[in-house]
Amino acid sequence: MHEILIEEKILARNDEIASENRKALKGKGIYSINIVSAPGAGKTSLIERMAGELKTLGVKFAVVEGDLEGDFDSKRIERHGVSALQITTGRACHLDAHQISHALPWVFGQDGIELLVIENVGNMVCPAEYDLGEDIMVTVMSTTEGDDKPLKYPAIFNASDALVINKTDLAPHTDFDINRARENALKVNPYLKIFETSCRTGAGVDAWAAYLAGVVKDGKKK
Amino acid sequence: MHEMSITRSIVETVEKEMDRAELTRLDKVRIRVGELTAVEPDVLRFCFETTIKGTRIEGAALDIEEVPLTGRCKDCGNSFRITAFESLCPKCKCTNIERIGGTELDIVSIEG
Repeated sequence: MHEILIEEKILARNDEIASENRKALKGKGIYSINIVSAPGAGKTSLIERMAGELKTLGVKFAVVEGDLEGDFDSKRIERHGVSALQITTGRACHLDAHQISHALPWVFGQDGIELLVIENVGNMVCPAEYDLGEDIMVTVMSTTEGDDKPLKYPAIFNASDALVINKTDLAPHTDFDINRARENALKVNPYLKIFETSCRTGAGVDAWAAYLAGVVKDGKKK
Repeated sequence: MHEMSITRSIVETVEKEMDRAELTRLDKVRIRVGELTAVEPDVLRFCFETTIKGTRIEGAALDIEEVPLTGRCKDCGNSFRITAFESLCPKCKCTNIERIGGTELDIVSIEG
């Protein structure tokens, strides 16, 4: 009986495909973001709001939608003049790099896009471990959730580059303390860029879109 | 539940290594799981046991080394366990901390 050393990442195969995705997207000059949240925090609403703002800023984007079932979300997004591809994951609770690699030919067929928005399956646990090949991961949390969420689901906040706190219009009606939420999020990940939005009123979406347009343009320079 | 798909990734790697080493049975699979991953060791153990039933890995034990969230002080070099995400060096009380452990999700070795 002897021990055979392996020493590799369990998700090495996923990471490999993710790197290929990243390289392919970069080769076409497309920046990509992976949006994650609990179900109902407002990922799709945020993308709908981004349609108008990013159009004004001159950034054309397409969306890959991950859901367990149905094409409800891609239909919502297409109503705003943004092309969307629905991926149904069946029972899987997250998208993986392999699924995204299959979506890339469609992405590359979308004329003139500079940004790919991947809306992950509504889940705050599983997507944390799966690199899709995106440039940045964005977590959305809403004021109808607990402001201690970053401490309860630290992996996803730690893996993210940006945090959007959504439904700020509802904050006065809940016990959610936005400052405490910010503090908790920064405790888990001091590098998080934090934005506050209300997708219902549109408040704050301009700042979020301006940040995105900025990273898209910066990404091109690299 | 992504522990199932993580288990599948483990099993794929293990089977590949067994082929390479021409092993027909296995005693142990050793993995490393960081505290700050979204992986629950107990769930992973359950998934592993279920998945390997009827395969040539059946009977192998899953040995999980849990790695705590660990920080290192960039000023005084002290390494320490981070609790409650406190970013303060317990020795010199500065906040110039880098995280050096806690996000591992590795397959370490197999024994057979």
